[in-house]
Amino acid sequence: MSGHHTTQTALRDDDGARRERTGAWRMALPVAILAAGIIAWALIVRINAIPPYVLPGPALVAQTLIQDWPILWSSLLTTLLTTLEGFAAAAIGGIALALLFSQSRWLEVALLPYAIVLQVTPVIAIAPLLLIYLPQQTAVVVCAWIVAFFPVLSNTTLGLNSADRNLVGLFKLYGASRWQMLRYLKLPAALPYTLGGLRIAGGLSLIGAVVAEIAAGSAGTGSGLAYRIAESGYRLNIPRMFAALLLLSFAGVVIYTVLALVSHRLLRRWHESALRKES
Amino acid sequence: MTSVSETSARTPKDVAIRLRGITKAYDDRGTVLGPIDLEVQRGEFISMLGPSGCGKSTALRIIAGLTAPTSGMVDLKRRTSAESAARSIGFVFQEPTLMPWATVRDNVRLPLTLAGLPQGDANRHAQVALTRVGLAEFGAAFPRELSGGMKMRVSLARALVTDPDVLLLDEPFAALDEITRFRLNNDLVALWRNLGKTVVFVTHSVFESVYLSERVVVMTGRPGRVHTEIRIDAAQRDEAFRTSAEYVAYCRRASLALAEASGAQADA
Repeated sequence: MSGHHTTQTALRDDDGARRERTGAWRMALPVAILAAGIIAWALIVRINAIPPYVLPGPALVAQTLIQDWPILWSSLLTTLLTTLEGFAAAAIGGIALALLFSQSRWLEVALLPYAIVLQVTPVIAIAPLLLIYLPQQTAVVVCAWIVAFFPVLSNTTLGLNSADRNLVGLFKLYGASRWQMLRYLKLPAALPYTLGGLRIAGGLSLIGAVVAEIAAGSAGTGSGLAYRIAESGYRLNIPRMFAALLLLSFAGVVIYTVLALVSHRLLRRWHESALRKES
Repeated sequence: MTSVSETSARTPKDVAIRLRGITKAYDDRGTVLGPIDLEVQRGEFISMLGPSGCGKSTALRIIAGLTAPTSGMVDLKRRTSAESAARSIGFVFQEPTLMPWATVRDNVRLPLTLAGLPQGDANRHAQVALTRVGLAEFGAAFPRELSGGMKMRVSLARALVTDPDVLLLDEPFAALDEITRFRLNNDLVALWRNLGKTVVFVTHSVFESVYLSERVVVMTGRPGRVHTEIRIDAAQRDEAFRTSAEYVAYCRRASLALAEASGAQADA
């Protein structure tokens, strides 16, 4: 028995080393591509002597990023706060609606079409209207919510309906109440799906916030990153436009990574998606 | 009623499960089961043996109350209080049917959790049930960390945790390898002997049904009906019995009956 164990451990160590090597490659490859891209960018700008108001080089963008950091940083915080509020509203609203739908078929039939209408209408077309009727900050959050809630709703609905049918039978056999069925069976079964929806919603709420900020931009009271981009565009301050854009993508990547990590943390003990591949 | 005295030496009062004229029909598939009349004595171990698709699993689900019969009556002595009535049946599915997000202990104590038992008591009962199936040390493991046979044991422990009167098993070992299946068969027989439960075991394996049960109910093909009942008289269920001439003879009888029962359907 103990001999058997040692071989297993040895195998696992070997596996671990291979995994680390693959992990290193997975980090190194995109970084190498990024480096190549930046070098190509710098060369193209220099060789063709492109003026900075058309296309600034990477060095200038980096310099602007540092120079304008106080402005950009406070704008980033504003956009992140909007995104976060929209995301929270989307998460709560999406999950709550899915729960309502799962409890009442009538509610689902009555409300789902409108959820779909909200989803398929381009938010850029709704944003100006919202800005007319709502205070600006509220309108921006509502935009983020409209874009982001649908994946949470549809994924959670799918998850709530995906519980093992035999387990449902077993719960009934043991006289489970509606609430027990939800708490011990449907909610845990839906968790991986909901988390998948939240991961999409994170990126979408950033998009929603940006779209609304740009739409509000002409009103001139905004101060988020998207507003900075629009403003820099009017002033032909292209380096700052690039710097703000860079920060926006970075914020998107961070949001996605955080949500992916949370999802992995919650699922790693049991769900296939979070398990390491064996052998 | 007469069929009871034929098939059992026990007094007719000890009937644990009684099925009367049970049928099940679906709109799209027509009648899949019955009519079936069947009586199971308290403490008896019976197998329902039949070709696949004969509705034996449906019959089991009807006994459990998981599926409603199209016609007929199920009489199953449940415990009187509403709360414990739900716990007087233990059901084991063909798949382990465990909650992947819960530990083995949480899976086993589920019926008690649903009945509102305090967590400490539920855990204690779960530990007893796990010990019975030989998994005393695996309470904190997650289902995915266990082998197929161990998962089935967890499922069995969950069925035992309420100390039910009746144990219903729906081809529980069909997906396991033969060695694991033999071991689980022996464990099941030992549990039945020690705990005195009424057991209804659905299977399509002639050997398993003869080895395990006191009575083999051979079913016809769709719509499933009772074709023959074979009493298996064996003092012990062990390797000696499995390799004995009587065992082979019983298997032969059951095989012939099964072939006839399946053929009867082909003629119809």
